[in-house]
Amino acid sequence: MSRWIRSFGMFWYDFIVGDDWRGAAVVAVALAGTALLVHAAGLNPWWLLPLCVLAALGWSLRRATAGKG
Amino acid sequence: MNAVALVLTVFVACAVEAVEALTIVLAAGLTREWRSTFQGMAVALAVLAVVVAVVGPALTLFPLGVLRLAVGALLAVFGLQWLRKAILRASGYRGLHDEAGIYQRQVAAARAATAGGRHGVHDWYAFTLSFKGVLLEGLEVVFIAITFGSNQGSIGLAAVGAAAAVLVVAAIGVAARAPLARVPENSMKFAVGVMLTSFGVFWGAEGAGVSWPGHDAALLVLIPVIALAAVGYTLLLRTARAAGPAGPGSPPRAAASTRRVTSGEGS
Repeated sequence: MSRWIRSFGMFWYDFIVGDDWRGAAVVAVALAGTALLVHAAGLNPWWLLPLCVLAALGWSLRRATAGKG
Repeated sequence: MNAVALVLTVFVACAVEAVEALTIVLAAGLTREWRSTFQGMAVALAVLAVVVAVVGPALTLFPLGVLRLAVGALLAVFGLQWLRKAILRASGYRGLHDEAGIYQRQVAAARAATAGGRHGVHDWYAFTLSFKGVLLEGLEVVFIAITFGSNQGSIGLAAVGAAAAVLVVAAIGVAARAPLARVPENSMKFAVGVMLTSFGVFWGAEGAGVSWPGHDAALLVLIPVIALAAVGYTLLLRTARAAGPAGPGSPPRAAASTRRVTSGEGS
């Protein structure tokens, strides 16, 4: 049973997150930061998530291609 | 987002997945036997129907803000994965998705597999190959249709886009009786990656409480910005790949690309 649950979890992890978990982590942190800035500081940081996502994409691509010609 | 954009986005995304499922079904049906292949496909479609029947109505129970935050985050992460792979393929760091090559490998594996039936299915290999292919690709279709539809409050319209894509691809596949290798799949995946990421960012930020300048019209800026950034990354990587010598320990390019193509590619 635990093996089945583990396989099920791994399938969904691979399905949604894929090869690089860092992109998912950046999205989660950026969304939490956005919510914090909106609700605690009263700001409207619409630019934060797009910037973080594009930066995460660049970072992930850099890691994937480092050392490859 | 208007209805046409919703249907078109879901249609293109789902067509890509349907092309991949068709390749697997054709490999199973043409090399093994059609009856077990159709049985596998039917069981997979039944499982997908149950998923839609359970998840679709359940999503409508959540407040829209919570739904947009959760679904937006999932879409942004999912889209980022698609876009990353599409950029790596477009810049030559990863083998292009080759439907004809995948078909040949599936056919070779199907021919090598031993025959035998189980649980009332005549050819178990054809059944499981077809079942897995349709279920896995179908889950992506369901995920995209439900996330887009629920955020726009029109799961029915998204389902129309998804169903139309599956029907069109299936009809062309039946007529051609061959994998749809000439579909510009890699370009479509690139476009879908841009759309998934853009809508994920838009809905995720909205769910977190952001008010976008121009409201829905912000998407008309967000989508081109993400597309331009993706094209920019692709050009940068292409330039770096053309200019840079292979690092120590890097495999020769021909060997590396052969390995990438033969290792099997996901979306």
